[in-house]
Amino acid sequence: MIPGDTDAFVGWGNNNATRAVHRRPRNTKEIAALLEGSSMCIARGLGRAYGDAAQCAGGTVIDCTGLSEILAFDGSSGVVRVEAGCSLDQLSRYSVSRGWFVPVTPGTAFVTIGGAVAADVHGKNHHREGSIAGYIEELCLVTPDGPRIVGPDRDPELFWATCGGMGLTGVITEVALRLMPIATSYLSVDTDRARDLDACMEMLASGDERYRYSVAWIDAGTRGRALGRAVITRGDHARVEALAGTQRSIPLTYNPVQRLSVPFTPPVSMVNALTLPVFNSLWYHRAPKHRTDEIQTMSAFFYPLDMLRDWNRLYGPRGFTQYQMVVPFGQEHVVRYTIERLQEASCPSTLGVLKRFGAGDPAPLSFPMPGWTLALDIPLGSPSLAVALDDCDRHVAGAGGRVYLAKDGRMRPELMREMYPRIDQFLETCHRTDPDGLFVSDLSRRIGLTPTTPTQRKGMKP
Amino acid sequence: MNDVTGMPQTAVVIGGGSDIALATLRLLAKRRLRAVVLLGRSAEALNEAAEQLRGAGVEEVTTEIFDVNDFSHASEVAEETVARLGTVDLVLVAAGFLGDASLEVIDPESVAHMIATNFTGPAAAMTAFSQRLLRQGFGRIVVLSSVAGVRVRRSNFVYGSAKAGLDGFAQGLDDALVKTGLSVMIVRPGFVHSKMTLGLKAAPMSTTPEAVAGAIVKGLESGASVVWAPSSLMWVFGILVHLPRRLWRLVPG
Repeated sequence: MIPGDTDAFVGWGNNNATRAVHRRPRNTKEIAALLEGSSMCIARGLGRAYGDAAQCAGGTVIDCTGLSEILAFDGSSGVVRVEAGCSLDQLSRYSVSRGWFVPVTPGTAFVTIGGAVAADVHGKNHHREGSIAGYIEELCLVTPDGPRIVGPDRDPELFWATCGGMGLTGVITEVALRLMPIATSYLSVDTDRARDLDACMEMLASGDERYRYSVAWIDAGTRGRALGRAVITRGDHARVEALAGTQRSIPLTYNPVQRLSVPFTPPVSMVNALTLPVFNSLWYHRAPKHRTDEIQTMSAFFYPLDMLRDWNRLYGPRGFTQYQMVVPFGQEHVVRYTIERLQEASCPSTLGVLKRFGAGDPAPLSFPMPGWTLALDIPLGSPSLAVALDDCDRHVAGAGGRVYLAKDGRMRPELMREMYPRIDQFLETCHRTDPDGLFVSDLSRRIGLTPTTPTQRKGMKP
Repeated sequence: MNDVTGMPQTAVVIGGGSDIALATLRLLAKRRLRAVVLLGRSAEALNEAAEQLRGAGVEEVTTEIFDVNDFSHASEVAEETVARLGTVDLVLVAAGFLGDASLEVIDPESVAHMIATNFTGPAAAMTAFSQRLLRQGFGRIVVLSSVAGVRVRRSNFVYGSAKAGLDGFAQGLDDALVKTGLSVMIVRPGFVHSKMTLGLKAAPMSTTPEAVAGAIVKGLESGASVVWAPSSLMWVFGILVHLPRRLWRLVPG
C-alpha cells in the first residue's frame, strides 16, 4: 500500500510525519544525478530541526549522512574541509585533541555541518562571535546546474542565501570551516541564580561582555513573583593552569559517551503539568547561588542533553515543538508576554533558554538579530497551544522580532514577510539558481516560501 | 501543509453541504485554512456553503458536483481535487442522510440507497482519496460517524447500521494507514441539531454543529483517533453497549 522506497520522516519534535523517497548519496556526482531525476527534493542531515524543515512529502529526501568525510585540515590556519554530512560530534572528536574547536556550536553535537550552515546556527557565544556563517571560507553547493563553489567573496549573494536558507538554494556537499584554537577541552564556568526575569535580564545585560559563552536556563513554569527565575551559566575555555591533576596531564580530549537512552516512546508524555514543576524547581534549587571557575567538560557545558540518547521520545507519541523567537533590545516585555501567555494557556514548558544575541549577518533568512532570544520546549496536544503561539507570533512580529525556522512547525505564514523583511532578496536568489523550484520542503510549502501546486511552481516568480 | 498543531491549510469536504463540515471549516479558517474544495450533490447547498466560507476568510473556495454513490468517478475526482489544491491536508467526509427507518415505510430500494449514501459511498470516496494521498505522502482524513452506529437502535437501525459499517471501515483504514503519513480520525456525535435532523425530536445530550466542530478541531490538535461529541458520550456508550438487548430495544425514539 505504501509507495515503494519511501520512508516516513519527522523532525526532532517527533510529529507531523510525511513520506518521501529516501536517497542516501555518497558523493556530489550522485547528488547531481538525483537532482536530475527528481521533481522536488530537500537535503536532510541528522534530523535535528524540530519541525518539518528536512521533510519533503511526496518528493525526495536527500539524506546527506553518507557524505561524512573529513577531507583536509590545515593545522596552521585551523581551516578544516569537511563533507556536509559530517557531524559536529565527529568533527570535534577529530579536532579537539589537535587543539581546535568549532567556532559556533548549537546545543547538540548531533547536527551535520551542512544542516548547521543551512540553519545558520548560533551558540552561547553569539553575543560576541555571531553565527556559524561568519566562519565559512567557502562551500560546495549542488544546484540544478551542477556543483558550485560559493563563499563570502565568491557569489556572495548565493552564499548568504544558502546560510540560513533551510536547504532551499541547493544541496550543500562540502564546507571549509575556520576552527577556533583552544588550549584545553575544558571550560571554566561561573554559575549564578537569578530570582526572577528582571534580575536575570539585568545580570545578562551587565555581565555578558565579560564572557565568551553565556546562557540563562529559565524556569518558564513558575508564576507570580518568581516568574522567569533562572540559572545563568557563563564561561570560557579553561587555561591549562586552571586544570588539576589528570586533567592537566591530558588537557585536550573529547570522547563523550552516551550512557543513557530513552529506549522507547512512552504512551503518554513524561513532560507534563505534574512532572514539570518538580523538575524546574529541582533544577533551580540544585544550582548554587553563585559559583565561579568551576571546571566542566565540553560535553557537559555545550551538550548536556546529548548524554541522554533519544530524549525527544520523552514527549510521548504526540511529540513536542520548540518555540524560539528573538526580539530587539528594548522589547523585553515580549519575552515576559510569551512566558505568561503560555502559562495562561496552561501549556507547560521545560527549562527555557534565554540569551542575548549580538549583531546579525548578511544572510537574508538568518535568524539572529541583536536582541533577546527565548526558546521553550512545549509538549504538543493541548488545544490551547496553537492559539497561544499565534498570539506570541503577533507580538514578536509587532516588536520587530522573528521566530527561528529551524525550530518552527507552526508559524503564521502571513507574518513571514514581516519577520524576514529580506525575503524577496532570498527568493530572487533561489529563482536564479533553481528556476523550476526543485528545492521544496514541507516547511517551505507551509510558510509559503515555495508554492504547493506543481502548476504554480512552473510559473514561480519571486 | 498540516502544521505541528494539526491545523490544515487546504481541505476537501465530501458532502460539502453538511452543517457540521461548514462549522468545522469556519473554525479552521480562523487558523490556517486558505483553500477548500467542496464536493456534494446539491449545487445550491454547495454555493451557499462556499459563500459562507469566503465570508469567513478562506481565500480560495471551489465547488464541484459529486455524488458519493458515483463510485466509478471517485478516483478521478480525488485526482482532480489534489491537482487543484496542490496538496490536500484534510479530507472531511461528511456525506450522509438520515431517512425514516420505521418498518412501515422502508423498502428494499430505500434501504439500499440509505446504506449506499451513509456507508458504501463514503467508504468508496475515502478509498479513492486515501490512495491518492498516499502519493503525496501525508494527510488527515476525518470521517463523520455517529453514536447511532456504536450501538444500533431500533428506531433508526438502517442509518445506524450504515454508520456502524462506516465506523468499522474507518477504523480498519486507519490501522491500514499506520506509518504511511496518513491517518483517520473518527467523529461520533450524538444527536446534532442541524439540517439533517430538522423536525426530529432531540435525543438526550443533544449538541450543535458548532460544538461538534469544536470537538473536531480539538481532536486534530490532540492527534486523537476517535472524537465523541459531546465527549461524555464516550462514557455513556461505554455502558450502553453492554446493555442487554431486551432492555436496549425499549429505548424510545
